[in-house]
Amino acid sequence: MTEAILRQIIDYAHRADPYPLYAELRQTPVYHDADGPFVLSRYYDIQSLLHDPRISSDARNLKTPATANPLAAEADEETALPPSFLRLDPPEHDRLRRMTNRPFGPPHSPRRVHEMRGELKDIVSGLIDGIDNPDRIDLVDQFSYPFPVTVICRLLGVPREDEARFHSWADTIAASLDPVPGADTDERAKVSHNARTELGMYLAGLIEERRKKPGDDMLSQLSTAGGPDGVMTTMEVLSTAALLLIAGHETTVNLITNGMLTLLRNPDVLERLRKDPNFAVPVVEELLRFEPPVQLVPQRTTLADIEVRGVTIPKGASLWLVLAAGNRDPDRFEDPDRFDPDRGDIQHLGFGSGIHSCFGAPLARLEAQLALSELARRLENPRLLEDPPPYRQNAVLRGPRHLPIACDGIRP
Amino acid sequence: MSVDGSLDRLKREGRIVVVGASLAGLRAAETLREKGFDGSLTMIGDEPYEPYDRPPLSKQVLLGRATADRTGLPRHRAIDARWRLGVPATGLDMAARRVRLADGDEVEYDRLLIATGIRARPWPQEDEAELDGVFVLRTRDDAEALERSLAQGPRRVLVIGAGFTGSEIASACRERGIAVTVAERADAPLVGALGGVVGRVAAELHRKHGVDLRCGVMVTGLEGDSAGRVRAAHFSDGNTIEADVVVVSLGAQRNTEWLAGSGLGAGPRGIACDAGCRAFDIRGIVTDDIYVAGDVARSPHPLFGYQFLSLEHWGNAVAQAETAAHNMLSDSADRRPHIWVPAFWSSQFGVNIKSVGVPSMGTEILIAQGSRSEHRFTGVYGYQDRVIGAVTFDQTKWLQFYQQLIETTAPFPPASPTVDRRPEGQQPMPADFPDPSVPTHGPTVTLSGYAPDDRRLTFTPARH
Repeated sequence: MTEAILRQIIDYAHRADPYPLYAELRQTPVYHDADGPFVLSRYYDIQSLLHDPRISSDARNLKTPATANPLAAEADEETALPPSFLRLDPPEHDRLRRMTNRPFGPPHSPRRVHEMRGELKDIVSGLIDGIDNPDRIDLVDQFSYPFPVTVICRLLGVPREDEARFHSWADTIAASLDPVPGADTDERAKVSHNARTELGMYLAGLIEERRKKPGDDMLSQLSTAGGPDGVMTTMEVLSTAALLLIAGHETTVNLITNGMLTLLRNPDVLERLRKDPNFAVPVVEELLRFEPPVQLVPQRTTLADIEVRGVTIPKGASLWLVLAAGNRDPDRFEDPDRFDPDRGDIQHLGFGSGIHSCFGAPLARLEAQLALSELARRLENPRLLEDPPPYRQNAVLRGPRHLPIACDGIRP
Repeated sequence: MSVDGSLDRLKREGRIVVVGASLAGLRAAETLREKGFDGSLTMIGDEPYEPYDRPPLSKQVLLGRATADRTGLPRHRAIDARWRLGVPATGLDMAARRVRLADGDEVEYDRLLIATGIRARPWPQEDEAELDGVFVLRTRDDAEALERSLAQGPRRVLVIGAGFTGSEIASACRERGIAVTVAERADAPLVGALGGVVGRVAAELHRKHGVDLRCGVMVTGLEGDSAGRVRAAHFSDGNTIEADVVVVSLGAQRNTEWLAGSGLGAGPRGIACDAGCRAFDIRGIVTDDIYVAGDVARSPHPLFGYQFLSLEHWGNAVAQAETAAHNMLSDSADRRPHIWVPAFWSSQFGVNIKSVGVPSMGTEILIAQGSRSEHRFTGVYGYQDRVIGAVTFDQTKWLQFYQQLIETTAPFPPASPTVDRRPEGQQPMPADFPDPSVPTHGPTVTLSGYAPDDRRLTFTPARH
């Protein structure tokens, strides 16, 4: 075990296949060196820490300076806005998440996600119809990127005519989450900051409109609907909308792209999916285990000295919970490095666990299921043009930047 | 593999009889097949229905959102059993290895699993219990009948007993807009299971949702009209309540009467068994061929001072059935203990209540997270300076942590700071359980063999 492991995980050279590094990491279940973070990579340790009330998501509890965390910038939704519920502890977290959930899921809106099914299908069909040259398709740019942004626009209630502007802000912000080493960071920061500001002002205007004339979209409901917790402030709606945009976008892109890549590497599974769209359900679950879009959670800190496997993690320490390593822990999953949608026991960490478990999970599942089953059905004889494809820089939100594929044609 | 091959023979051509065709019985049967049992399997049940799930009966079914005939338990695998449904077992001949049935039939076994569960404790005055409009809630038929009567829009429902089931019934009534009075002899709902500190939160929930909650009173009598319909109830405080539906929710009785005289260690508190689910006979000797699982079983638990625990918990029925089935087909060295950590959930007045461990063993409680006034909190129970139980109101996701504290006999009060610790959670306070010698209606966990006030049994040591 060398201190190089963390550096290697961040090193772009290992982006396409970080799993051997994760396996090495699991040999030291509580990995720590110098003033770096404490790194947890075993399934059961991660699972229990995600349910441990002595672990905080609030950066204010961190003792170590943020600069000591080499992934802090990559993972953060740095904004001028107050922290979203992702970066808050209860009771504030619970209140905001609960209020956000009212228009999104059970018990108050049990059918919201389900009712988007038809619309999602139409968006997917539209994007596939738009593929003009089957000899060279960049699945990321032509499909995986535009899909979730459009979905979030519809969910939030962004008018159709504004979707294009929204896409461009989203792309700019997304790019800033994937810094290229050596690029002019100041310039990039400025561009990203401008995009955030413009998006924020746009959303603030939209919120004002919706306050006056509410529709049945989430932005209207977040800014007007009263529950036992009252109504969100404009700033809270903005933070929440920004969270839904970024967290619900970056991750779904990778889930779909990683998914298609994995299917193309496992043609028998792709063929089964082509014949049976219902097979998408177990396929997506196994994908969330096998290639989780969020590889690790680098933003937790300890409120007390905590002992894990005989190692005391001191109060205020920074934690990395490497979900992707836990998902391939042989102590938890049989033959973990095999992609097997037929495994019955698949309680993966792909969506995290505990109070911060992925808010958008039901939507992400549906998006990925529809996207992958439609791609499998309509692309005729699809194949990879590059394996591995070029990856994004980001080690936390890991996925291909491009996925060049070809097929013989597009089925109707 | 056993030395003489008898285990192989049992697996190949043995006869296993399961008495009790509900959750525990079904899961045991599935596990037996899973573990390679190829012999004959007989499932005996007193109800005419295939195994069904009970938790929805007091929730979705009473709300009219699901019908009682749609709560059948999902099957994990085919069990290829001979079903004897609608026929209660009436006796057991341990020497001849035979179960007697109400229709006169007898079924022979090589291994027997008893999972006869519990039934609702009826209203003690028989003539009053038979009035039209008086219900209990335990079975599918009970739920169907009660739902039908709620659907007719009664003017007022009286629920007698504010344990979990009684509270869920009251909650369902309020959700349907039906006026409801709840009478509880203790000072608050749920006190038997969770103590007075949490019980007072439950009382707030009742009242906030418009339940006419009367605590510290007993119902002394039910009154019917000339047509034999219930119309009123009289209370120990002199009050009378008019109600056209009365639900008696006074806890449960173990279904062990059919074992009277069999020589098995069965009584009103259930059937005593070892941690491997093997039943004791009345001499305290463990049997080799009779196993027990589910609500009717009482087994010693190392985490709780080796006291005999009897749990009316869904998860316990599943876990104990699986362990019993495993052990039925195993040599002594391969048997495993049933040391499940009790866990329980309820849903009432829009709040999700979950508990782990044995809160009712606790003497103190600490509100470790959240706040009682917001009805969202985690209460941790302490017993002899260690964590013995925990309960959450709408904070389920932290429960796993507290379960680990229970499993590792962590010190109480837990010292570490946690997220969402409020001023009220700085100091433990008495958990405020009622005197265990006074019966309450709530507990779903029964500890030990005899209640402290039980003096019927005397132990006379031999004289030399």
